[in-house]
Amino acid sequence: MLIRNETYCTFGQNLAMSIKEIQEEIIDEFSMFEDWMQRYEYMIELGKSLPMIEPQYKTDDNIIKGCQSKVWVHAELEGDKLVFTADSDAIITKGIIAILVRAFSNHTPMEIIEADTDFIDEIGLKEHLSATRANGLVSMIKQLKLYAVAYQTQLN
Amino acid sequence: MIQTVLDIVAIRKDFPILNRKVNGKPLVYLDNAATSQTPQQVIDAIVDYYSNYNANIHRGVHTLSQEATDAYEQARIKVQKHFNAEKAHEIILTAGTTHGINIVANGFAAILQPGDEIMVSALEHHSNIVPWQMLCERTGAILKVIPMNLEGELVMAEFHKLLSDRTKLVFCNHVSNALGTVNPIEEIIDSAHKKGAAVLIDGAQAAPHIKADVQQLDVDFYVVSGHKMCGPTGVGMLYGKEAWLQKLPPYQGGGEMIAEVTFEKTTYADLPHKFEAGTPNICGGIAFGAALDYMNAIGFPAIAAYEDELLQYATEKLLAIEGLKIYGTAKEKTAVVSFNIEGIHPYDIGSILDKLGVAVRTGHHCAQPIMEFFKIPGTVRASFSFYNTKEEVDVLVAAVEKARAMLL
Repeated sequence: MLIRNETYCTFGQNLAMSIKEIQEEIIDEFSMFEDWMQRYEYMIELGKSLPMIEPQYKTDDNIIKGCQSKVWVHAELEGDKLVFTADSDAIITKGIIAILVRAFSNHTPMEIIEADTDFIDEIGLKEHLSATRANGLVSMIKQLKLYAVAYQTQLN
Repeated sequence: MIQTVLDIVAIRKDFPILNRKVNGKPLVYLDNAATSQTPQQVIDAIVDYYSNYNANIHRGVHTLSQEATDAYEQARIKVQKHFNAEKAHEIILTAGTTHGINIVANGFAAILQPGDEIMVSALEHHSNIVPWQMLCERTGAILKVIPMNLEGELVMAEFHKLLSDRTKLVFCNHVSNALGTVNPIEEIIDSAHKKGAAVLIDGAQAAPHIKADVQQLDVDFYVVSGHKMCGPTGVGMLYGKEAWLQKLPPYQGGGEMIAEVTFEKTTYADLPHKFEAGTPNICGGIAFGAALDYMNAIGFPAIAAYEDELLQYATEKLLAIEGLKIYGTAKEKTAVVSFNIEGIHPYDIGSILDKLGVAVRTGHHCAQPIMEFFKIPGTVRASFSFYNTKEEVDVLVAAVEKARAMLL
């Protein structure tokens, strides 16, 4: 449980916030940056501070298939909320997944399924949405949503 | 100071794309091993084709069709002369290197017997591994691998040990795409022939730097891609010795490749059309010819000498960066520097270089076995062309230093 508590502390996340509110908070933070350097430096910091996934979940099964760097995501239901932990061997990718974990973790599967992802555009990470980016932000979002769908089925 | 007889300033003016900016910075294009940029002369050939004589070839009696046919066959002759093939019909115009390899692999499916051996080098691109694995599955032949050493060179002693009377085909790249190693193909061809084995050389990475003479090499098959030699994508060459091309069955059926068709039997067209089913990439072939004209006007010896200077300069400057390691330190190599910085994932470096306008390739370069050998997820690969400059190397080095500072 310690790891998850760290997740909350790291991002200063208010547990009562909705996904939309968290996304708006992230947009606000990113709006302070003047250029790509600052955005990337922030993502690198986020990447460095992302609590690592517990080693037993860092398995091939949990890898999001991509060509360039490895991304592991683990999901676990806690009460009616889905909690994500993640890791990557590339730091910028880790920063990206940290932003996603922050936006989606600790919400009900249905909230995650219904959440939109436009905030990615607004924080200037659109380039990572391109199909050629092997670290596919798209695949990461898809994977988080797939977990939500799977757990929603379980809850039903 | 880099010495060259080339007028790099004038050469750069031929490439309109070199004027563009990426992320607000002047483009520094160092991904030439993936694809080369296109000079205005080649762009003009493409525009001229579609503006003036676009038509299907080999069949029409009308003027446009004849003009297009003449231009396409002229291009074939340019390719023949460039690689010094004895006959024009030994030049099959393909969709690219992978296509050429597949034509040969498919042809050998009809020749190989269970227990026959085919040999690949450990330095191969996926396109030169997968077709042979598929071929082995189909025929029961056995795949043998020529190992490499830590410098990224083939261990030739092992090659000679692996070579036997059972070896039917050896394939190897002339230059490794991931590391830039120039392989001793003369020795490979000569030894393989003594055992009665045929040799296919993948010249995709060599052709932009080294002008191969297929007769002098006495190679059985040689394949290249036009888009790595200032030409467009979707066109390439398969050179095959006439006797081999006659022996191999066609790869694809369709128009153009037939002599006579009835529902009982079809007889195949003569070379090279037997391997050129369907409407070919006519414009691509013509533009490929224009690209060879362009490169030959500059001259391959001058290109190779200048690129080598760039390589030496880049190697020296990059090695001065703390924690930077270069993979592929063969004595003979083309202008490719594949590297990592200790503790940093290549993808992270590539992402930041892109932001600084520097285009490099990151990843496993479609050569996962090589990455596995070095136990790394991939590398950052900077690959140089004759239109790159020493100043661009400086931009690369500064960008890598900046990435290092940000990421560590």
